[in-house]
Amino acid sequence: MTDQTRSQSGSAPALTRRQAYEQRLRRRSITIAAGSTLAVVLAVVLLVPLSRGWDAVKRSFFNGEVFAKTFPGLLDAFLMNVAIFLWCAPIIAVLGLLIALFRDVRSPALYPLRLFGAIYTDVFRGLPVILVIYLIGFGVPGLGLPRPWNSPYIWGSLALILVYAAYVAEVIRSGIDSIHHSQRAAAASLGLSDGDTMRYVVLPQAIRNVAPANMNLFIALQKDVALLSFIGPVEVFRQAGVYKSLLANFTPYVGAAVIFLALTIPATRYADYLMHKQRRRQS
Amino acid sequence: MAKLDLKGVTKSFGDNMVCRGIDLSVDEGEMVCLIGASGSGKSTLLRCINLLEPIDDGCILLDGVDISEPGLDPQPIRARIGIVFQSFNLFPHMTAAENVMLAPRRVLGKSRDALEGPVKTLFERFDLGQRMHHYPDQLSGGQQQRVAIIRALAMAPEIMLFDEITSALDPELVGEVLDVLRQLRSEGMTMILATHEMAFARELADKVCFLDAGRILEEGPPDTLFADPKEPRTRAFLKRVL
Ligand SMILES: Nc1ncnc2c1ncn2[C@@H]1O[C@H](COP(=O)(O)OP(=O)(O)OP(=O)(O)O)[C@@H](O)[C@H]1O
Ligand SMILES: [Mg+2]
Repeated sequence: MTDQTRSQSGSAPALTRRQAYEQRLRRRSITIAAGSTLAVVLAVVLLVPLSRGWDAVKRSFFNGEVFAKTFPGLLDAFLMNVAIFLWCAPIIAVLGLLIALFRDVRSPALYPLRLFGAIYTDVFRGLPVILVIYLIGFGVPGLGLPRPWNSPYIWGSLALILVYAAYVAEVIRSGIDSIHHSQRAAAASLGLSDGDTMRYVVLPQAIRNVAPANMNLFIALQKDVALLSFIGPVEVFRQAGVYKSLLANFTPYVGAAVIFLALTIPATRYADYLMHKQRRRQS
Repeated sequence: MAKLDLKGVTKSFGDNMVCRGIDLSVDEGEMVCLIGASGSGKSTLLRCINLLEPIDDGCILLDGVDISEPGLDPQPIRARIGIVFQSFNLFPHMTAAENVMLAPRRVLGKSRDALEGPVKTLFERFDLGQRMHHYPDQLSGGQQQRVAIIRALAMAPEIMLFDEITSALDPELVGEVLDVLRQLRSEGMTMILATHEMAFARELADKVCFLDAGRILEEGPPDTLFADPKEPRTRAFLKRVL
């Protein structure tokens, strides 16, 4: 036993022929990839500044001074994006789940729910997000509601919630459809009610299967929060616009882009990783 | 009175009439085997008895009470009749023990604490005490099928239906599942099996029914049916499978 462990961990393990071959191959491809990447970067760095407009672009988009001055303010404004996202996301999750369940009801008395679910998802997936934000964000406060009920924060958020719940509902429904009917049969054969079958057998599996797809939706939502700037709320995109007018410089937009990417790239990568893991498990 | 009595049961899927008037009577503690070619309607018949499929005509009596009455709530009846499928159909997101406890908790209203002891005993009885907290994909096919049997037994059913429960298993795993059936047989469980295991049917069944094109063409004790089939079609089928 001890002999074995020593020989496994102690001495440097000799590579098999296959491993040695794969290592050579891997080193070669890493070298080639690094070389070609370096060539492209060099070309960009050297050639772009040669173009005639580069100085002007650099001054108005990549101005270090403006960037340093406005970035803290943009970060502050981004907290508003985060807040809007945080109060919308749970409502979207719950509403999306409800609509998905509406579309699965079997009893004829509940047929109106089923119909409502179908119309709802068709309508809100069929409209551009910005249009819904305009209609609700300008339309409802136009009714002359008293403060605070005329706030664009409320109605803008509602627009996002309505649209994204439709997408989430559709994703969850596809997850429900993906569960093999033999699972329902097994649950029914044990005497479980339709409701319990859904709650304990179908939904947990369905939601797990579509978690990566839902994550991608919530990443898209995080970006679309910026659309609310068109009806009033001061979030990072709007704040960048304010700085732009103030300083007559576009660098704040680049700052806003940096903030979005810092959040969305890791999140997208993570969703891809989840999706990849799932596909491997299913095959 | 028979425990279970089928009278003239018919069932169609569209134009395809799968059960064409089935009469079958099963006494308490009896083990009945259904044999027949693929597509002869064995699975469909079992699913009808468990009310997973509604029948078109005829009736199914359980203790003399018609359970096939259209409009009857099927849930309490399903809870009294256990079924085990060829493809196990365990819930993959739950451990073996959770699979077994779900229905007793939700349907019989028992608490997790109250179930823990009896469920553990059940697992140990079928030699799975060490596997209780494993997920289905961590179990072999034979172990999964035994968990599926335990899951059905945990509802304390009055009858157990088995639909070719060894057909999806590697040959070396068939034995451990058949042993479970032997054990249930010796404990006096009323059972109906659809099976391709002729040797097993011959060894243990009280009655063997040969299904052909949705009818029970011939039935009798295994010694008679296997040794001296009356119908030419039965003879042809047995010649093919034996
Ligand atoms: N849900 C269904 N919808 C439509 N047709 C079905 C359905 N279930 C079974 N059938 C049909 O009923 C017939 C009998 O099928 P069944 O599964 O009962 O046969 P079986 O005797 O169990 O066969 P096997 O030995 O292959 O399991 C087949 O022709 C099949 O196509
Ligand atoms: Mg079958």
